[in-house]
Parts: sequence; C-alpha cells; structure tokens
Amino acid sequence: MAVEQPTRTPVTQSGDQTRIHNIGYRTYDGPRLGRSYATRSLYSQSLRGAYGLGRSVKSKVLPMLLFVVMCVPAAIMVAVAVATKAKDLPVDYTRYAIIMQAVISLYVASQAPQSVSRDLRFKTVPLYFSRPIETADYVRAKFAALASALFLLTAAPLLVLYVGALLAKLDFADQTKGFAQGLVSVALLSLLFAGLGLVIASVTPRRGFGIAAVIAVLTISYGAVSTLQAIADAQSIDGGGSADAITWIGLFSPVTLIDGVQSAFLGASSAFPGGVGPSNGEGVVYVLVTLGLIAASYGLLMRRYRKVGL
Amino acid sequence: MIATESLSKRFPRVTALDRLSVDVGPGVTGLVGANGAGKSTLIKILLGLSPATEGRAEVLGLDVATKGGAIRERVGYMPEHDCLPPDVSATEFVVHMARMSGLPPAAARERTADTLRHVGLYEERYRPIGGYSTGMKQRVKLAQALVHDPQLVFLDEPTNGLDPVGRDEMLGLIRRIHTDFGISVLVTSHLLGELERTCDHVVIIDGGKLLRSSSTTDFTQTTTTLAIEVTDTDDHPDGTRAVRDALHARGVDVLDGSGGLPGAGHILLLTAQGEETYDLVRDVVADLGLGLVRMEQRRHHISEVFTDSEHGSEQSADAQRKEAVGHGG
Repeated sequence: MAVEQPTRTPVTQSGDQTRIHNIGYRTYDGPRLGRSYATRSLYSQSLRGAYGLGRSVKSKVLPMLLFVVMCVPAAIMVAVAVATKAKDLPVDYTRYAIIMQAVISLYVASQAPQSVSRDLRFKTVPLYFSRPIETADYVRAKFAALASALFLLTAAPLLVLYVGALLAKLDFADQTKGFAQGLVSVALLSLLFAGLGLVIASVTPRRGFGIAAVIAVLTISYGAVSTLQAIADAQSIDGGGSADAITWIGLFSPVTLIDGVQSAFLGASSAFPGGVGPSNGEGVVYVLVTLGLIAASYGLLMRRYRKVGL
Repeated sequence: MIATESLSKRFPRVTALDRLSVDVGPGVTGLVGANGAGKSTLIKILLGLSPATEGRAEVLGLDVATKGGAIRERVGYMPEHDCLPPDVSATEFVVHMARMSGLPPAAARERTADTLRHVGLYEERYRPIGGYSTGMKQRVKLAQALVHDPQLVFLDEPTNGLDPVGRDEMLGLIRRIHTDFGISVLVTSHLLGELERTCDHVVIIDGGKLLRSSSTTDFTQTTTTLAIEVTDTDDHPDGTRAVRDALHARGVDVLDGSGGLPGAGHILLLTAQGEETYDLVRDVVADLGLGLVRMEQRRHHISEVFTDSEHGSEQSADAQRKEAVGHGG
C-alpha cells in the first residue's frame, strides 16, 4: 500500500537555487535499525541531556557548574602537589568522591528527575512504548545514561589527580593502583546513586518534589548516619565499646556504604569516625547491600514502568 | 490492515472488549465510540502492549501477541493526551522520536524536516514547544507519528481541543495522510459528523462490542437527510406546503423540519435515496416556479445507529451538540 505515491516529484536543480520546490511526500525505504539502536539512541540522548546538551541554555548551567566544581579542587591539589614537590597527593583517589559527596548528591538530585520525571510528567513515555523498544530497554537506557553521567562527573577529577600525580613524578605503580581503585569505587558509587535517584524520581512526576526527595535520601541520610556514628564513637571512647555500632550504622546511607566497601576492599582509609572501616567480613555485607540496592533499584524501575505503559 | 477475531479484554471489574471481530482494510477508518467504549484498549492491544484476554488480532498481517516489536516499527501512534516536553523544539523532539523508531541519524533529520513541513509547521519548528498553540502541538504530535513513514497510523482523538478551523485543517490533513502519503489511518473520535466527512469506513463500538462496521457511503446512502427551504410566490403563497404536496404526489415522504424551533417552519426534511432525489427536488421546485433557498445535507446522521444501543440517545445528543458547536464557529 505504500506503493501509491501520487505526488512524488523529483527536485529540479536547475535555475534559481533559492526557490522552494514542493516535492510532495517522499516515502522512506532506508534501513530501520530496530530495538537495540533505539535503545542506544535513548541512552545517548539521556546522557547528553544529563549535561544539558541538546536542551536549553538554562538547563546546561547547573550540570556544567557542578562538573567544574568537582574538578577544581582536584586541580588545586595537583597544583599544590607539583609546587611543593610533595611525596604524595594530599587526598586518596578513593577519598575524593566521599569528600565531594554533597556535590554528587546535588547532581543526582538535579539530573535524575530531569531524566525520568519529564517523560512521566509530560506523558512522553507512551510515545516511547509505541515504538520498538520495550520497558526493559527504556529502564536500562535511562539507568545506564545516568550512571555514565555520574561516572564522568566522579572519574574526571580522579583523572585530573592522576595526570597531575604523574606530572609531579610521583611513584607510577602506586598512583596507577590508587587511580584504578578510585575508578572502581566511583563506578560502584555511580551505579548506586543513579539507581536510587531514578527510583525516587520515577515516583515523583513533579520535578521539584523529585529534587527534594533525592537530596533528602542521599544527603540527609548521610548526615544522620554520620551523626549517629559520631555519637557511637564518643560512647566507645567513654568505654562503651561500641566500635561495631559505627560499622553497622554505616550501612544506612549510600555514601557511607561506598566508604565501607572501599575501605574493606579497595585499600581506602575510612572516613568513619575513628578512621576504622569495616573488616573484610563486614565488608562483604557492605558489598552485598550495595549490589542488592542497585539490583533492587533496577527491579523497582521495571515494576514502575510496567505500570505506566500507554 | 487490521483483523481481530473475538478479541476480548477483561479487567477484574470491567470488560473493556467483548468478543470483538472486525476487519479493517486500507484507507481511512474511523473508530467511533463513547468514552470508555474500548477504543484505547483496542489500540493498546493492536500495538502489542497489552495482551488480550482471549481471541486474536493481526496488524499488517503480524500477530499482536508475538510480533509487537515488528508491528510498532511499521505503525505510528498519536496519543489523545498531551505528550510533548515544553523545553525542546519540535525539530529536536521529532528527530529524537524518529531515531527511537529506528531511523539512522541523517535519515531522521531529513524525514523530520519533511514531515514537519507536511503537517504545516515552518519557522516555528525551531522554537520550544512550550510556546505553541494547541493546533501546533497537535501537528507536532501527528508529525512524530508519521516521521518514520509507517504503513498505518493510529490517531487517538486528533481533533480534541481544536477550534472549528483547526478541526477542519486537521481533518483535511488526515485525509491527505492516506491520499497523498499512502499511509492507512485508524482514527478514533466520538464526533460522528467529523468521521463521516473524513473516513472511507467507520467502525462503531460500544461497551466493547462491535455495533456496526461499514463503509461511509453505506451510512450516507441509508441515512442522508436533505433539508430544503423554498420561497413563496404569488401563485403559491405557502411555497413550503406546495412543495410538500408535489413531492407527496410523486411518492416521496416529507417531514416538517421545524422540530419546534422558531423560524424553522419553512424547512422540509426528506430522505435522499441517491442522485435522483436531488434531481426530483430541483424539478419539482422549478415546475412550481419557486426559488430554492437551500438544499443541504444534514450531517451527524451516523449517530442514528446509536439509537439502537443502550447509551444511544445520550451519545447522539452529545454528538449533535458538539456538531452544532463545530458549525457555529
């Protein structure tokens, strides 16, 4: 039936080039690249969108600003290390993201709702699902896009540190190992934060609520856990002997969770009060909880979008 | 294009579709039904997004239960509700949607420019959608459904919220989708008069059941009503009555079209059997030496099929009211 094209007329190249020719409707006989291509397109569009690319100037400001804020301290540290001919960088690769957790949380809070709440609020989701992709493709593309955006945000300053460290002629093997451990740690952090952020954003179609909710979960939980840990630490100094409590409380906020995982397995020094992170046994629990949370986020997103449909 | 066979969809408390068997061929097909008649449920099943409780359905010869992805690649869908993000331009949005349908980047851009032009969006396509009028938004929604050159499009209430002029333009565009673009159309509406003008074929469902499926010409053949108004002359001080009597004499039943409305007493209604009825009226009026003030087709008569159903009177009243609004502007 696509064969009837009564108004197909060739474009005439002769004469005045500026004239607009009514060339009628042209059918499309080219390739249709299908589901996996569509998923990749959604991924790249979402990833670009997470830095405001392809969107209005206004929406570029915050993500770009946060990206710069993430990188500037690293650049300063490198400058100091090079200038003072220090033997080591002032901050561990693994510690950097923990120090900058507020910036990362802010980024997730601003971009997770941008990524999914808009589609829900403006009901664009049905348009996606009326195309070849399936629910799982949509969720995977969005999840991967935000996790990649976060990885860029957290890995870029580490790269600055690493390059700076090599310029300062610090020990190559040492630095490379630290850098690699840092990358693994921020990769895990990106997945965890992206998952939590998207789940929260996907149930709050209003962007404002989404932002507030993500900040609440990421930052307030960190504040609460840190406070509780400090109290537990103070008590253990008084002789209460509750160093264990510090460890277990740490499971209840995403930032301390990552901190626990990396101090147990990635050679990081813990940011917990007292500087003692979980032991290897406890670290396994941390890893399991982290992976469990990532998987649960994915599962919840799938459930959420199965309901949205058309 | 579309074939369903005792297709049923039951939810815990409602039966949305009840053993619906219908065949839809190429061309423009209207799907008519009141809100909740099962139109959207049917579209969802046809897109392969919602499994049928029983029965089967095919779109473009592909089974909806197993070939949903392949169907969605070849079919376009324009939802009833708003679905456009306000902060991107029409071009960007439609390009993205083209890529989501599997078009390579270069083809997506080219097709977007073409399609937006065909639906009548020009310079404004570079501005954010948030600033568009309802009519322009409807055009963008239509463009995203057509951008991948589907073989069939589902248009869900495309004239919703448009003013009479916008409505006519949209209906013209829908007609062109088939005649110029060669794409078949399934368009839903609860305004029957609209579909009479636009569609080749009309399917009416009510309460999830098929009420009627036939070509628009069938409807008009059996139901076209002519309204006639004539002048009075010295020979025939009551021209209306003279025409009525003359037509009666030739065996044509004529109704008084006043319907109790003031000033409408001069209008006669009769059922047109075909071309010859028009000729007969012309000849009768000419023989009597009267002036023919008006001879027009009364629309919204597809709605009469609803009078057979339970919700009939309500629905046809609603349709007539909307029709009146549509013509009032």
